[in-house]
Amino acid sequence: MSITVADVEHVARLARLELGADEKKLFAGQMDAILGYVEKLKELNTDGVRPTSHAIPVENAFREDLVCPSIGVDKALDNAPLKSGTYFSVPKVIE
Amino acid sequence: MNIIDMTISGLHAALKSKQLSSVEATKAMLERIETVEPQVGSFITVTADHALECAATADLRIASGRMDMLTGIPLAVKDIFLTEGIRTTCGSRILENFIPPYSATSYQNLRDSGAVLLGKLNQDEFAMGSSNESSAFGVCRNPWDTTRIPGGSSGGSAAAIAARQAIATLGTDTGGSIRQPASHCGCVGLKPTYGRVSRYGVIAYASSLDQVGPLTRDVTDNAIMLSALAGYDPKDSTSVDEPVPDYVSELAGGIKGLKIGLPKEYFIAGLDPDVQKTMDAVIETYRRLGAEFVEISLPHTDYAVATYYLIATAEASSNLARYDGVRFGHRAKEAAGLLDMYTKSRSEGFGAEVKRRIMLGTYALSSGYYDAYYVKAQKARTLIMNDFIKAFESVDVMLTPVAPTPAFKIGEKVNDPLQMYLSDIFTIPVNLAGTCAMSLPAGFSADGLPIGVQLIGKPFGEEVILRAGYAFEQATEWHKATAAL
Repeated sequence: MSITVADVEHVARLARLELGADEKKLFAGQMDAILGYVEKLKELNTDGVRPTSHAIPVENAFREDLVCPSIGVDKALDNAPLKSGTYFSVPKVIE
Repeated sequence: MNIIDMTISGLHAALKSKQLSSVEATKAMLERIETVEPQVGSFITVTADHALECAATADLRIASGRMDMLTGIPLAVKDIFLTEGIRTTCGSRILENFIPPYSATSYQNLRDSGAVLLGKLNQDEFAMGSSNESSAFGVCRNPWDTTRIPGGSSGGSAAAIAARQAIATLGTDTGGSIRQPASHCGCVGLKPTYGRVSRYGVIAYASSLDQVGPLTRDVTDNAIMLSALAGYDPKDSTSVDEPVPDYVSELAGGIKGLKIGLPKEYFIAGLDPDVQKTMDAVIETYRRLGAEFVEISLPHTDYAVATYYLIATAEASSNLARYDGVRFGHRAKEAAGLLDMYTKSRSEGFGAEVKRRIMLGTYALSSGYYDAYYVKAQKARTLIMNDFIKAFESVDVMLTPVAPTPAFKIGEKVNDPLQMYLSDIFTIPVNLAGTCAMSLPAGFSADGLPIGVQLIGKPFGEEVILRAGYAFEQATEWHKATAAL
């Protein structure tokens, strides 16, 4: 295992994070140590083992297709950093 | 007895017999918070005015005879629970000014019973940490030794009880975040079975592992709290519609013939001698109370931490994608376009540990690594779950340490994330298996630091571990010790 600064930059781009030069170096070392540790899972024979995504057996939770009250536009917009009328406002998407 | 030292059951009796009012009790707690908060740092937000309003309403309710076990009891909740109209930060700068438009079901259940909210408690940012050191809102200290960590991520939830700033608190546990701080601060902390308590309105970290639970001074109080919290919630599609037992009346059944498993993988060389000594004494007490001990094996224990740090970080990287500066939370001021706004808002808002876990999770889910890391971890999770299912064929509960050492020093592990992760080695497997477990005060180190032990129960077997905890508590005095603070 060897995580380079270039790997860190690639993952940061995917995660929508911007890291400083020192942070990149620090993360490369720390991720390398942590991923090195998790390599031990390779020792496990998992042939034919089903992956678990959820520990408790539950069926899909259906509900009646009915209109229910919701929190409403005003409340939903209360925490918006920027809004315009009944919309969330964001920087221009297409120049 | 001082109000601040009371249990829920004790205060309930005093309120019921009109020896005290909820307003008096609430004022006493608020005064205590003001006095010791500079030394402890358990709270992110103290809601004094709101608390006094809740208390006045509770007193009216008590006068009208519609009293519940929690009516008028001053509580506090981790800042991960959405509280309508009350700032909720999750320990993060990115939510510094967030005022939720609705409340978490678990918190609402406490309020519906008439409980008083004293405030929102300190925690690791987004519940990511084992020491409370990743909080963006200041250090939280262990009331037993303020140079040490209270544990995490529900550090404030445990410290507030030990510092007698709240009668009981609410926390969340994804890999040990209720049990480990409860152990380090000398209180009772329960992580219920996944699905037992609604997660609706609890800010998500790792959704397949997160669970809500109470921290209290004793086991009776824990049963009272769980009774108010447990049950199906149509707003949480992963909550389970299982009957809820009367946890309080189940406590006194006794434990004669209870089969307690000791998983041999948890009694490793290098276990702290004080922790080992505590375990030995607890085993002796249970033997005296009529329990039988069986050596069992959970053979995949050694893979749990690795499995957890792939699954939890993968889920976190997906859950935390919602913090993009659009609908709520921090938005960067200077941004060249939409993508830059997302990136800058997140980079300014998240702290180092959160960034690290998002990075790890994104890596584990990224093209070319998905099968090798994420799917492999999900398969390892199956093996770990199967260990528990098999072991529970021959025992009723399991007894293990909670943490390999008592509370460590503030700053001791902050630069070595892997060492920090390994401090959760005994609590993580329970979250992966989805079952329930409780940390119980069981002794002290030579330096006077509390040490807890862990009782692990079968899925939806909370009443069995509560009963076992209650029996231990009846035979010992550990839960009555208070920090000198």
